[in-house]
Amino acid sequence: MNEFIEKKPGENEATGTFIGGIKDAVPTMIGYISIGIAAGVVGAASNLSVLEVGLLSLMVYAGAAQFIICALLAAGSPPYAIIFTTFIVNLRLFLLNMALAPSFSIYTLFRNIRLGALVTDETFGVASGKLLAKEQISDRWMSGLNIAAYISWVLACMAGAAFEKWIANPQVLGLDFALTAMFVALLVLQIQNGQTGKLKLYLTLVIMVVLLMFVLCAFFPSYIAIILSTVVVATFGVLMDR
Amino acid sequence: MSVNLSVFLVIFGCALVTFLPRVLPFILVRNYKMPAALSKWLSFIPVCIFTALIVNSFLVKEGNTVNVDWTVVAAIIPALLAAIYKKNLSLTVIVGIISMAVVRFFA
Repeated sequence: MNEFIEKKPGENEATGTFIGGIKDAVPTMIGYISIGIAAGVVGAASNLSVLEVGLLSLMVYAGAAQFIICALLAAGSPPYAIIFTTFIVNLRLFLLNMALAPSFSIYTLFRNIRLGALVTDETFGVASGKLLAKEQISDRWMSGLNIAAYISWVLACMAGAAFEKWIANPQVLGLDFALTAMFVALLVLQIQNGQTGKLKLYLTLVIMVVLLMFVLCAFFPSYIAIILSTVVVATFGVLMDR
Repeated sequence: MSVNLSVFLVIFGCALVTFLPRVLPFILVRNYKMPAALSKWLSFIPVCIFTALIVNSFLVKEGNTVNVDWTVVAAIIPALLAAIYKKNLSLTVIVGIISMAVVRFFA
């Protein structure tokens, strides 16, 4: 019975196969290889061994958090402070996955946990872009997307840590901008594929987030400003969209 | 090539607090019918988060003042145009990387 249900969504389409997921992961992989190398360099510069950097990317698998963990470890912060900060930084994944999870509720609990464990800002963006374009996505497509992104991140982090001495300054080439460019593309995708007739509303929300970020960043660390501005402005979105 | 025990414990703790917010929605949503207002609220989350993450990349905090890193803004513009007119994620990422390199070369 389960087998039957699990074959349904997107069968025979690009969004139904594992390989299709890997293909759709390419832009994410470009970003992760670029930033992963930088994250590995930062890890090694914070006195972590290649193996420790590998474990960090394998077990935590979160770009922004990894940079912060390395900085806090290097600064000699107490473990509870590092773990709590990581929790706050990654809380935004809860919001993203709340929006993504309903699309996978037909699959088994174990499969859902496996899918959810590897969702990032970027793979969420790619998946929700497909959903907005009214394409169905299957568990295997999501796995392909997740695993391709995961492997490229872990390998890039370890490579960055291993070759730290030879990589003088990863910033020079503009590679550190890869994820920002990815966020720009994902934002445009969200707005273009969003409900028609809501362009004005979406642009209003964008402007509100920009303004709120400027204000909140003066008082809070940026990762808190990101969550606060998102929660507040999304609430305004619900109130304005009547 | 070694793993320090206290570093490992920090990594383990961080892994746990990252795993939970990632996986909990996938467990909760199965047995819970979301009210319409909540799913509408969630539908606005991506636009808001991606905007916030972009803004975060060009804000520089110095003491209590927040400044704009205009080199990042300058690189965002070509990436934005590529995203709007070409609708291609990979292309946008590559245009962004090249723009940033070019901006830094001249800045």
